[in-house]
Amino acid sequence: MANIQVNPTRMELTKLKKKLTTAIRGHKLLKDKRDELMRQFLDLVRENKALREKVEAGIHSANKNFVLARSVMDDEVLNVSLMAPRQEVFLECHTKNVMSVNIPQFEYRTKTPDENDIYPYGYAFTSSDLDGAVKSLQDILPDMLKLAEVEKACQLLAAEIEKTRRRVNALEHVMIPQMQQKIKYIVMKLDENERSTQVRLMKVKDMMLEKAHHYSD
Amino acid sequence: MYKVAVMGDRDSIYGFAAIGLDTYPVSKTDEAAKLLKELADSQYAVIFITESLQSVLESEINKYNSERLPAIIPIPGVSGNTGMGLRNVKKSVERAVGSDIIFNNN
Repeated sequence: MANIQVNPTRMELTKLKKKLTTAIRGHKLLKDKRDELMRQFLDLVRENKALREKVEAGIHSANKNFVLARSVMDDEVLNVSLMAPRQEVFLECHTKNVMSVNIPQFEYRTKTPDENDIYPYGYAFTSSDLDGAVKSLQDILPDMLKLAEVEKACQLLAAEIEKTRRRVNALEHVMIPQMQQKIKYIVMKLDENERSTQVRLMKVKDMMLEKAHHYSD
Repeated sequence: MYKVAVMGDRDSIYGFAAIGLDTYPVSKTDEAAKLLKELADSQYAVIFITESLQSVLESEINKYNSERLPAIIPIPGVSGNTGMGLRNVKKSVERAVGSDIIFNNN
């Protein structure tokens, strides 16, 4: 590498060696983190896919039921029936820590104790199709909330994996080789200095001996 | 204590009111962006949004992707499934793994 800018001193060498061991350890830890995140992510994403397919099919059939219900009822009657909901859904949000990624976990509670107490209207003026439609939506609600949880977790994990992967690559392909190169450069430079000192000393010794004993005469 | 919101065109979402979710019908896009921001800042932990609206609000929604809450989840509207939700899952796989290994390009 041409652009090495480092002082070839022993102090710098010790500092660099320490930095290199830290970098290598960090690299190993980050690699382990990435592998574990990836394992969890793949499990989650498979679940996500299955849940999403289920929920989409559920909503699709619920929508069909609603269209059926609308076709046999007046718009006004339908609006009035659904205007004042009896049920209300509350979420409690816990946090789960997966490899230091905070993933939300939802737990839902309904306002009325009976989960099936959902029909906000009397049965006299509404069609039975509406009952079926509301029920079909109610049935997929737990799956929808689970989907929300899983999909959010997937997004958060994906972001974290991307970040970790970049860090691992930067350490592996840039930081660590650079440091090794620098260390090599300093070691070579120091060795070179030592040799030149040695040669100089030998030369001086020769000259001094020559002066004292006059070998060449 | 958090709640659940549903955003989208009225026809797609009015049923959710019956099962206890808060529905917010929107018709105009600029209103929708403002409403989304308002909902995200208040006590909603999960916001379901119809796919057609999600495709319009893509950039706003991406802002919340890396935050813990709220979770903004696309659902199919009354006009049918556009495959957008699965595409989003695919996108996150691509982001994490580098290439799509779950769906095998179908």
